[in-house]
Amino acid sequence: MSDLSAYDGTREAGFGDYVALLKPRVMSLVVFTAFVGLAVAPVHVHPLVAFASILFIALGGGASGALNMWYDADIDRVMRRTAGRPIPAGRVAEGEALGLGLALSGISVVMLGLAANWFAGLFLAFTIFFYAVVYTMWLKRVTPQNIVIGGAAGAFPPMIGWACATGGISVESVLMFALIFMWTPPHFWALALFMKEDYHRAGVPMLTVTHGRRATRAHILVYTILLAPIALGLAATSIGGPVYLAASLVLNARFVIGAWRIWRRDETQAEADGYKAEKAFFRFSLAYLFLHFTALLADAALRGIGMEIW
Amino acid sequence: MAFGKEHEIHQRRFGRNLGLGVVLGAFVALVFGLTIVKVSNGDPMQGYDHQPSAALLPKTEASQ
Repeated sequence: MSDLSAYDGTREAGFGDYVALLKPRVMSLVVFTAFVGLAVAPVHVHPLVAFASILFIALGGGASGALNMWYDADIDRVMRRTAGRPIPAGRVAEGEALGLGLALSGISVVMLGLAANWFAGLFLAFTIFFYAVVYTMWLKRVTPQNIVIGGAAGAFPPMIGWACATGGISVESVLMFALIFMWTPPHFWALALFMKEDYHRAGVPMLTVTHGRRATRAHILVYTILLAPIALGLAATSIGGPVYLAASLVLNARFVIGAWRIWRRDETQAEADGYKAEKAFFRFSLAYLFLHFTALLADAALRGIGMEIW
Repeated sequence: MAFGKEHEIHQRRFGRNLGLGVVLGAFVALVFGLTIVKVSNGDPMQGYDHQPSAALLPKTEASQ
């Protein structure tokens, strides 16, 4: 590839750069939660239809990621964490990302409508609109509650998965949404406490910058306490079961204790031990969400083999 | 008429073109698979054709 070094000074975009525009790591969470939403629904879906549905939900999520990278290219250039993304690195033109995002949005919505049902397709379209327009273009740069609003977009996939199977919305799917929705803010604010990034320079109002780190610690505790009854409430619905109830009790107790530890500390204590409590809370938050959804799958499997406890 | 020598862009873009080819091939296979599943499940597969199709009308005594 040495002959390419003269080409605009940067490497030409490869296939991987277009894949990177779709934010594959975010996509993995979308795939998992959408799969659980679809698998725990009380309606049987043909495996190929289920596979196609999850694929197109993931593609829709990827499309909104590309639209986000197109719109946020200016802040991505400023922040160190994102400077290596395809657009700020100069490998993909902004117009290409916009085109890819719009085309994949259309394809994923139409194909999900055809493969599953049109309610699910429209739900996916709404999710893409919500993430790309409501969050990225409008509220991200306006309010320090941006994480809360962005979290809603990330919380829709299990509801779409459920809609693929049932064609509608129910208390179970709303609670799966609420679980991710309430989980996202403490997860990201814990990260913001120890990743001292220059959101300020990029002009993004992060809670740690606008209201200070003390207020962020309090926010983490309040959201974590509000999250617990939602997570436990899922156990009482038709998709809950003994595995979920047991897992949720343990996970929520640990999560609230972790948030309590963060709340009790101040910056000098945190800096003294290198943000140990904040980092531990952040790591545990990933396991928290993963294990809740895994427990839902386990209970669905138990019901599937006829071991219905309640 | 013989094809000329390959332009260097063909080599340079080989990875991209191969990736896109694989994606399009997989897409065709998926749509084919979905068609087989939907047809064998007996889902209504006919589109709107400017007048009601007999196969899509609700069953009545007259049509039995």
